[in-house]
Amino acid sequence: MNLGITATQYLEQIKNGSLTVEEFISKTMERINKVEPSIHAYISLNNDAISQAKQIDKKLKAKENVGSCLGMPISIKDNICTKGMKTTCASKMLENFVAPYDATVISNLKSQDAIIIGKTNLDEFAMGISTEFSYFGPSRNPWNTDYVPGGSSGGSAVSVSALECIASLGSDTGGSVRNPASFCSVVGLKPTYGLVSRYGLISYANSIEQVGPMARTVEDTAFILNIISGIDQHDNTTIDKGKVDYTKELDVGVEGKRIGIISEMIGEGVDKQVAAATSKAISKLQTLGAECNEVSLDSVKFSVATYYTIAATEAGSNLARYDNIRYGFDFDVEGYEFNAYISKARKNFGPEVTRRMILGSFVPSAGYVGKYFLKALKVRSKIKSEIEQAFKKFDLLIAPTSPVLPFKIGEKVDDPLSLYLLDINTIVANLSGIPAISIPYEMTNGLPIGIQFFANSMQEKTLLQAAYALEKTTNLPGVPI
Amino acid sequence: MTKIGLEIHCQLTKLESKLFCSCKADYRSLDINTNICPVCIGLPGSLPLLNKNAVEKAAMISIALGCKTPPKIAFFRKNYFYPDLPKNFQITQYNAYGPTSIGSDGKVLIEDKEIRVRRIQLEEDPGRLVYEGTSEKTLLTLIDYNRAGTPLVEIVTEPDFETPKQVRLFLNVLADLVENLGVSDPSLEGALRVDGNISIDKGNRVEIKNVGSFKDIEKALHFEITRQQSLAERGIPIPAETRHWDEARKITVSARSKEEEQDYRYFLEADIPWVLIDSSVIDKLKKNMPESIYSKKERYIKKYGIPLQVAEVLSSDKFYSDLFEQAHNEKNAKEIANIITTDLKGFADTKEQREQLKLTPKHLADLADAIMNNIITRNSGKLALQEIVKSGKPLSEIISSLDLGHVDDKSSLSKIIDDVFSEEEKAVSEAKLNPDTINYLVGKVMRKTKGKADPALTLDIIKKKLDSK
Ligand SMILES: [Zn+2]
Repeated sequence: MNLGITATQYLEQIKNGSLTVEEFISKTMERINKVEPSIHAYISLNNDAISQAKQIDKKLKAKENVGSCLGMPISIKDNICTKGMKTTCASKMLENFVAPYDATVISNLKSQDAIIIGKTNLDEFAMGISTEFSYFGPSRNPWNTDYVPGGSSGGSAVSVSALECIASLGSDTGGSVRNPASFCSVVGLKPTYGLVSRYGLISYANSIEQVGPMARTVEDTAFILNIISGIDQHDNTTIDKGKVDYTKELDVGVEGKRIGIISEMIGEGVDKQVAAATSKAISKLQTLGAECNEVSLDSVKFSVATYYTIAATEAGSNLARYDNIRYGFDFDVEGYEFNAYISKARKNFGPEVTRRMILGSFVPSAGYVGKYFLKALKVRSKIKSEIEQAFKKFDLLIAPTSPVLPFKIGEKVDDPLSLYLLDINTIVANLSGIPAISIPYEMTNGLPIGIQFFANSMQEKTLLQAAYALEKTTNLPGVPI
Repeated sequence: MTKIGLEIHCQLTKLESKLFCSCKADYRSLDINTNICPVCIGLPGSLPLLNKNAVEKAAMISIALGCKTPPKIAFFRKNYFYPDLPKNFQITQYNAYGPTSIGSDGKVLIEDKEIRVRRIQLEEDPGRLVYEGTSEKTLLTLIDYNRAGTPLVEIVTEPDFETPKQVRLFLNVLADLVENLGVSDPSLEGALRVDGNISIDKGNRVEIKNVGSFKDIEKALHFEITRQQSLAERGIPIPAETRHWDEARKITVSARSKEEEQDYRYFLEADIPWVLIDSSVIDKLKKNMPESIYSKKERYIKKYGIPLQVAEVLSSDKFYSDLFEQAHNEKNAKEIANIITTDLKGFADTKEQREQLKLTPKHLADLADAIMNNIITRNSGKLALQEIVKSGKPLSEIISSLDLGHVDDKSSLSKIIDDVFSEEEKAVSEAKLNPDTINYLVGKVMRKTKGKADPALTLDIIKKKLDSK
């Protein structure tokens, strides 16, 4: 049996009876048990997966109604709440937290009879770009296990790439879906802010983050987006756009499409091989009839500083609730005055979260708010208006997803600033709310390179069409693990 | 000169649900930590869902206090750690980056003194801390989150009050106003809470917190004025500080904490999109808002000729004015107003009395009509009312069972007066010289008729009889 089939192929095979859900789920579980020791994609697994698969098989046999996922195994980043399963955020703070409710994206998947196969590893509270900041230890890149899988949705990317599931949900606050997608050679989409419900996504920087699908093909990504997108009565920030079928008209091509190449993302600081792959992708798109021209987004150079100022401020507030009073870990409160108790409890955050907490209480504080936080908000609105201007001239924007290739585990872990700078190509989408997608494009020395498209707000369809067209021109090897 | 400003927290107790979730706004009398959900205890992944009714009710308060409402409002996070605050930030409103709270720049007249309202903001109430013993000496602090997320309107005034009495009058007006608007029941414990700030003769500003009741804020302010004056007289500087009201000792005590130095790191709450409040919304609210106390008062005076003081009592008490509105017609309005504001006294003063009251608007109308049509006297009316509030029986039944029918035929009244004259010979002889004794005789007649005698007629006959003696 081939565990590397796409979602589309899976659905076909289940429908024509050449495959049962139970067979596929059992094989997937076998595969997970075999490869996990070397890649560590998962924090926890669904022990009921096989019995859930049997249930769906039974319903299929009885010709009862079955949801559109037909028992497809999907992994979930462990910062998205799942009823009855732990949701840890890869933190000691939530080591044993079991949410009493499903996130809206989870209810959507369950109502379509997807099987939540397990919860995937991440940088603690989604803060990081390498999945090394997990309380449970790092995940490893399946293309070369000495390397990081990217982050913060590293576990999700690894699980999709290493055939431990068909698709996954990650979350993208500054590139956390797209970066690991690029590093692990899978597709990752950050939807428009408000397209997908955040209810049940544990907040890190709530004004910019979205849940995003990760899969092995653009078509599969569109299929998952269909299920998770739409207005939600549990999230006031979701936007009503009616039902759109993102899997339709994927193959319209890019002929006549105006594509802007973001100058600030292909020049200085970009790895030579990454730059070369990007140029190749651009000429491919031109031969397919797209019109590609460089465009300068001046404020991109301020975007990293802006992002870390805003994200840390929101994080400082969002993570303040982890005071170990209503839930948490074992801790004898005896003898502590409240403030001492709080600081003691909060010592259980890992190093990266602690760093951002400190930053987050500094940049919006009374003496510094004008110098840092308010300035960041100004740059953010400047970025928004520059993006708006750019989309008057272009249908899409293009850039490499990451300026560099995957790096070795441990290589940058003690140099937070160099890690922060790697976000430069992705965070523009978060700060402006627009959708962006990363697709696998090339391999160099056995390490993946991803290409990224941006589209205007709510233009996911255009985005997926362009990604689909470029995907068709690639021919990538199978995962070695 | 004394300058006093107020910060008043008013719970919107008339709402069904909390500000950001569907838990009950009425948390009182519920078992500890049963009125909670993932949103109001801030579980990871939960998101606030704005209660639009709360925005409307807050807007009504804002309109009633003459405030301006901006075209769109926003919510902010006020960040601080406290065990009663589930998220360790409070969702509130904030005007430092431009007016985005539900109201600002209002004013209220108190005895010709203009009190400016700086701002009105909608926010969530925290949970409640329950101490074993007192908060200072407790060994055990428990947290009840039933109240967490209850809709709260904060009203902040400029330091325009000059006396504690003005403060009391303002608070009375405010309590009547929110009750009249149907947004809050100020009689509920904790529904209206007041903090004050006070300075004398350009001295430092002292905040007074922890005041449990309206009565105590006046006492606390009086205490502070005396304390600050005696410090000033001895040349001791008054430190800027926060002081807590000690209810048992009736004094203010320095809070010692560094509340002054709190840095709340306010920023926009992105989970709640901006709420557009265009002028048509405000117009609609204005149209559908209950009539203001002031306008009621004017109407009572102008339309029905009700005396000013009666109109004031009637209009400022929603319970009374609701009764009046349902009972009156053009003709009996004045009589009903009288009955409510004088005879009902003592029977419907407290909340419990009002809840047990058997009196209906129909009773009031019947009673007024009976008095105006000389079926019973005003005195008998009083007796009948006493019976009605207890039993709720129809007036006609009460008149016959208590034998309250009017004695207004001359002959029977004359006979009763003759009886009194023969019993009170001494008084009769004095009466010719001393008019007070006539009143004594009238009283005797009233007692004999159990108040049924027509007072004017009685007096008339007595006078005639005395003259002919
Ligand atoms: Zn609730």
